[in-house]
Amino acid sequence: MEFVVQLVVNGLMLGIVYGLIALGFVLIYKSSGVLNLAQGSLVMITAYFCYFFAVQVELPFYLAFFFTLLLSMGVGWLLQNIFLRPLIGQPILSSMMMTLAFYIFLNGAASLIWGYRLLSYPPVFPVEAVSIGGVTIRYAYLFGCGIATILFFALTFFYKYHKFGLAMRAMADDEQAALSLGVKAETSHGLAWALATMVAATAGMTLGTIQSVHYTLDALGMKAIPAAVLGGLESILGSIVGGIIIGIAENLSAGYIDRYLWGFRDIFPYLILMLVIMIRPFGLFGEKRIERI
Amino acid sequence: MGLPCGTFTEFYQQDKAVIRTKTQWLLAAFVVAFAFSLPFILSDHLLHTISMMGVYIIATLGLQILTGLAGQLSIGHAAFMAVGAFSSGLLASRLGLNFWIAWPCGAIMAGIVGLFFGLPSLRVKGYYLVMTTLAAQYIIEYGLLRFPNVTGGFQGVFVPPATLGDINFHKVQNIYYLILISLIIATVLVLNLKRNKLGRAFIAIRDNDLAAEVMGISLTRYKLLAFFLSCFFAGAAGGLFGQLYGSIVPLQFTIMQSVWFIGYLLVGGLGSTLGPFLGVIVIEGLSEAMTVGVSSLGEIWPETLGFIPSLRNMLFGIIIALFLIFEPRGLAHRWEIVKSWYRLWPFSY
Repeated sequence: MEFVVQLVVNGLMLGIVYGLIALGFVLIYKSSGVLNLAQGSLVMITAYFCYFFAVQVELPFYLAFFFTLLLSMGVGWLLQNIFLRPLIGQPILSSMMMTLAFYIFLNGAASLIWGYRLLSYPPVFPVEAVSIGGVTIRYAYLFGCGIATILFFALTFFYKYHKFGLAMRAMADDEQAALSLGVKAETSHGLAWALATMVAATAGMTLGTIQSVHYTLDALGMKAIPAAVLGGLESILGSIVGGIIIGIAENLSAGYIDRYLWGFRDIFPYLILMLVIMIRPFGLFGEKRIERI
Repeated sequence: MGLPCGTFTEFYQQDKAVIRTKTQWLLAAFVVAFAFSLPFILSDHLLHTISMMGVYIIATLGLQILTGLAGQLSIGHAAFMAVGAFSSGLLASRLGLNFWIAWPCGAIMAGIVGLFFGLPSLRVKGYYLVMTTLAAQYIIEYGLLRFPNVTGGFQGVFVPPATLGDINFHKVQNIYYLILISLIIATVLVLNLKRNKLGRAFIAIRDNDLAAEVMGISLTRYKLLAFFLSCFFAGAAGGLFGQLYGSIVPLQFTIMQSVWFIGYLLVGGLGSTLGPFLGVIVIEGLSEAMTVGVSSLGEIWPETLGFIPSLRNMLFGIIIALFLIFEPRGLAHRWEIVKSWYRLWPFSY
């Protein structure tokens, strides 16, 4: 029994990180309809940014954290405005291929700059874990959990009440109408990318404190796509819930299936993805817009 | 369609023909003769590189059917190629089947696996199929790596050489001819596919799926067909890949390779049969040139050698981005511009 509870709690914590990555994915999809296949790469590169500030510049971790957030917002804004803006008016397919270009470029750039070794941050949180009723949780996970909660509420309020948030939703709903009402496309899309990269940065730094930083972190980030689809591509709540479900499912498979099929946890999310697309393609909380053929 | 000056269509047969003028016949004959004479001219290493390009062109022609014609993005193409390579390789090495039986079996197997991952097109429209191909990439890669007593795991499979009479196809000169002939057949197939009912249905789906459906094209059926054909080509290319390298390992078919396939297509030109040729030759040529350049630099400065894969990926990402922004129709479109320019020269209109 305790084993199951421990697995579920671990899965919950990992799932929250997935939820964070999926949240970034959803933010971009909501504002521009682009499936950002480079979301995992953004997670990876921002984790390296934090390594740069914390280890190579030797800043204290909270400063490094803050600077990484700023830098990643800038990078997101630039990626959108330099590379994706010229593609407005072309099919969505082109924008998706552009995100694939980011994917391959960031993979190359990270391994070129920081090498192929595993890197780790200086110890930020105490190594020993908190124990709540026989279940142990590491501090780093609690940190990720806290950030995810804050971000979730902040973004929900932002999209519900703030002027820019409303403008971005209007943009996603009907680009023509929003433009004619004076919403600027570059601000709206740029902000979406900046926010998404920032969210990716928080996920990247959480992952970096939990394990280590490596250029293959983007494969882990890819697992957020099943999470986003499961939750529904338009839903912020869905991304968190989807992430948690995927995380728990992955950990349960690690506990029960992996002893028969080694490494099964790595593809379990994708099997769920296939099932979701076949049974309920709009996800748990998504809009039922995808018509049945 | 631009025709050379003074070429008129008088018969339906003429209208249908792909090669129209005597000059075009001459050029085509010259190109084919040149391609057939390459083994006598080039060194083994270069010939091997060119054969590899040929295999990639066949696979990219398959992706062209799916992405360029039917408008569905696939980021699992390398995995489908792996299915073809491994099924034909395993059939040949474990069951001792003849290559000439194992090869088509592998290609059909790849097509069937592709059909399975295309099945969600029964339910969804649009770009959701990208995600099923992503799932396909990871699931297939997992299957190849984690069942080592079947697929050989990380070590992969040794592919027994195909023979035809006395000809051993592990010799690069011989496999080159096999690849060349397959490539010609594949090109003719894709060229004609674009002109018949099937290809036109694909193009209609790509341009506007709603309108296509209203005109009576069954979206599900044609999307599944596109998936099948595309994966069939990938599987056939995979079988040749196994013969070319002599052994296959799963790490040759990662998601990176799938992204490279999309890049070949994009740089070459979506929707054109010439595109895959230009894309593969230009990108692989550049990448080969860069490898040679960095290697010669590595003699002075050995640390650089480890960075070749990273540099390749970076260069390639930049190329894709630049092409998307400045020439989304690819090199094939540039070639059309050059062609219309020299046809009209010296009178520009």
